[in-house]
Amino acid sequence: MEISNTESIPGRNIVQFYGVVTGNTVRAKHIGRDIMAGLKNIVGGELAGYTELLQDSRNEATQRMIQQAESMGANAVVNVRFATSSISQGAAELFAYGTAVRVE
Amino acid sequence: MESTFYQVLELVLNFGLPFLLLLVAYIVGTMLEKGHFRSIRKRESEYATFPVVTFDTMPDDWSASSSTLVSGSVVISLDYFKRVIAGLRAIVGGRIKTYEPLLERARREAMLRMIEDARRDGYDAIFNVRLETSRLANSRRDGKGTAGVEMLAFGTAVKFASRFARAQ
Repeated sequence: MEISNTESIPGRNIVQFYGVVTGNTVRAKHIGRDIMAGLKNIVGGELAGYTELLQDSRNEATQRMIQQAESMGANAVVNVRFATSSISQGAAELFAYGTAVRVE
Repeated sequence: MESTFYQVLELVLNFGLPFLLLLVAYIVGTMLEKGHFRSIRKRESEYATFPVVTFDTMPDDWSASSSTLVSGSVVISLDYFKRVIAGLRAIVGGRIKTYEPLLERARREAMLRMIEDARRDGYDAIFNVRLETSRLANSRRDGKGTAGVEMLAFGTAVKFASRFARAQ
């Protein structure tokens, strides 16, 4: 499976379009991380626990998108976009979408 | 005599503690920021020869043999001192200088992580780079919980068909 955020896969030709594929995940941060982050909020800087959490979530959303593309019979996803929205206190939705295609 | 002691204690707790916190936040925050900027500059000069562009198609002189999506992200928090200064700034309006370096260093860090992601897997260049900013909500209803800002950088990394494809 090849993924790209451009309209084509570099050096390959698109032979068939399958349509939009999406993947999402909603995650809440857990309390231990929140306490550490609370301390970090005083001095500022990176919240490493959150970075990791979001990175993992984004990977999962991407994996779900890829699974959907595979079930359609595609071998690549082009024009991938990411979106993040905080839907409630302490929870965020990570969303990935793109166009499933077949390349040769 | 005892009542004056309590009055002093109350004064210290009400004004001294927040002031102390402000001072600690300022000193530690400034130190961390300087250290981070040093590390960013060092790594940026290390990767100066690695091509990263925002074009949505590949430049003509690149010929790719394989490609993949790469990304880098960082979540940062605003320190206490900066929040207070920004709160004061919001009364009169204008440029909030304390936030600018914070967002700048987060963005540069995200870019560097994206480049490191690509280099680790042996890619030669990145194009169609996009940067996104999103705010994470407070975890508590009163707005006092932790909040952060996430910076995400992503793009398509390519391996060149020949090592010297770009040299001409």
